[in-house]
Amino acid sequence: MNSEVKVETKVVQTTKSIVRKKSKDRSPFSGWRENLAGYAFIGPMFIGTSILVLFPILASFVLSFTDWNFVAGYENAKFVGFENFTKLLTNALFIKGLLNNVLLILAVPITLLFSLTLAVIINKYVYLKDLFKVIYFMPFISSVVAVAVVFQVLFHPTKGPINQLLLKLGVDNPPGWIADVTFALPSVMLIMVWTGIGFNLIIYLAGLQNIPKELYEAAQMDGATAWSQFTKITVPLVSPTTFLLFVTGVISSFKVFDLIIVLTNGGPANSTITPVVYLYQQAFIELKTGYASAISLVMFVIILIITYIQFIGQKKWVNY
Amino acid sequence: MVERIDMRKLIVTAIMVLIGIAFLMPFFWMISASLKVEEDVLTFPIKWIPENWNAVENYKEVWTGSMPFLLLYWNSIKVTVLTTLVSCTVSCLAAYGFAKINFKGRNFIFLIVLATFMIPPQTLLVTQFLLYRWIGLYDTHTGLILLNSFSVFGTFMLRQFYLGISNEIIESARMDGAGHFRIFTSICLPLVRPAIATYAILRFIWTWNDFQNPLIFLRSKELYTIQLGVQSFSDQHGSVYSLMMAASVSAILPLLIIFIIGQKNVIEGIQLGGVKG
Repeated sequence: MNSEVKVETKVVQTTKSIVRKKSKDRSPFSGWRENLAGYAFIGPMFIGTSILVLFPILASFVLSFTDWNFVAGYENAKFVGFENFTKLLTNALFIKGLLNNVLLILAVPITLLFSLTLAVIINKYVYLKDLFKVIYFMPFISSVVAVAVVFQVLFHPTKGPINQLLLKLGVDNPPGWIADVTFALPSVMLIMVWTGIGFNLIIYLAGLQNIPKELYEAAQMDGATAWSQFTKITVPLVSPTTFLLFVTGVISSFKVFDLIIVLTNGGPANSTITPVVYLYQQAFIELKTGYASAISLVMFVIILIITYIQFIGQKKWVNY
Repeated sequence: MVERIDMRKLIVTAIMVLIGIAFLMPFFWMISASLKVEEDVLTFPIKWIPENWNAVENYKEVWTGSMPFLLLYWNSIKVTVLTTLVSCTVSCLAAYGFAKINFKGRNFIFLIVLATFMIPPQTLLVTQFLLYRWIGLYDTHTGLILLNSFSVFGTFMLRQFYLGISNEIIESARMDGAGHFRIFTSICLPLVRPAIATYAILRFIWTWNDFQNPLIFLRSKELYTIQLGVQSFSDQHGSVYSLMMAASVSAILPLLIIFIIGQKNVIEGIQLGGVKG
């Protein structure tokens, strides 16, 4: 779903240009027949979106102010004001989830670093470019559930191949990975990096195409080393891509769900809980509908804030 | 065009191939383990080529055992193919409408549709679940298909392509008395076919790998999709690793094949959705 998030930036740019234009483009065809045709074409999309997105978001806004419990039925629901929100923002588990999520964001720059390095090498210094694209892209299109199942075994604390290898290499006390409270979250991050490289690499490769070749030729004439070409030309000129990928990565880190549910289910001892996992537990295991709606809204606001920062940041930090 | 083989480039390529193999190690391990007898799965050093083959038995258990993958496959194929078809149709129609028909309120409606794109899907789960219970779509494949059918991503992406078709062609066709539906099917659809193919492959991959929606909107075992099946299979056989790996291979492999066949489309589609604008 990562790339859906990416479109967000483009979506907002389009949004802005539409608002600016104010439909000045006149076509020779207009009138009720044109209107009818238009509504017929967009009808299915609009009705579907209204029922499955617009209505639910409004409904969850209302529900978040009630104490509705799914089992008790809505006759027993009552209006509780901001109680859900105050409960939520003082809940230790939710706060822990948020902190874990902030740690998960660390996986983003790591992924970016690997991806950019690989992209530069693949772009310029190797044969068989397409083969490498396919190799690094494989984890990204693989089912997260199956990947999580495989890593469960690979990470096995005593018998797993990773720790057997570490023991062989002379590490006396290899970490317990997903069974260990301190290493569970880094394990999740490791898999996030592994699955994320392909996507970021592909986007970087597209970004590198946009850097004019003449810049590198000129630098070479002046005797610049490969390293200084990388730091002085490549890094600044792909900064729009880096920024976009960073924001995308941050937003999608708030959506990591499949991986954690299958790999650790939030454990051990809640060490890998995130707001989304907490939302799932409250809504579908504890069946606290009203409370879960409040979590939804808070997450909605968090993502909106990140998206907003993105727009401010795009103007300030990006080197075009 | 004969290019001289560059020695340095060749060496870098060789090193990168080694890194690539290391990168894909989890996949190799998974496939190798799925072919072994259980006792050999965790032996160290790893025997990549199994000594005692147990492939037929492992896969037979996965495909026809207590959590029959044959059924899961059928469910997944049904849900994924139908979702892709419905979603492509809906998005294609809407994209044409937003790009080429000048109806009243077009920009406003398009803005609303675009705005829904910012909403993280998880924040909708609770109310979508209640809605589905209420209108009877809970625990049905129809419900699951509808959930992924109204894609803003698809509409937005295809609209960009329709915008690229010149208005003159369409206007002259209209002068000749062709209606919008006629123009849509005989002029525009053939022109945007590559874009539809790209979107269809992406939608296929996303739907096939979707775990969250089946987890929440399906309850009956006989409706389970592959992803849900892998999870509940690994809950049942949590200690029989060879079977778990056979299940994982079964979940990943078909998609890898589709990806390798359509890799150009997939990679271009991702890049298209990503940069530029």
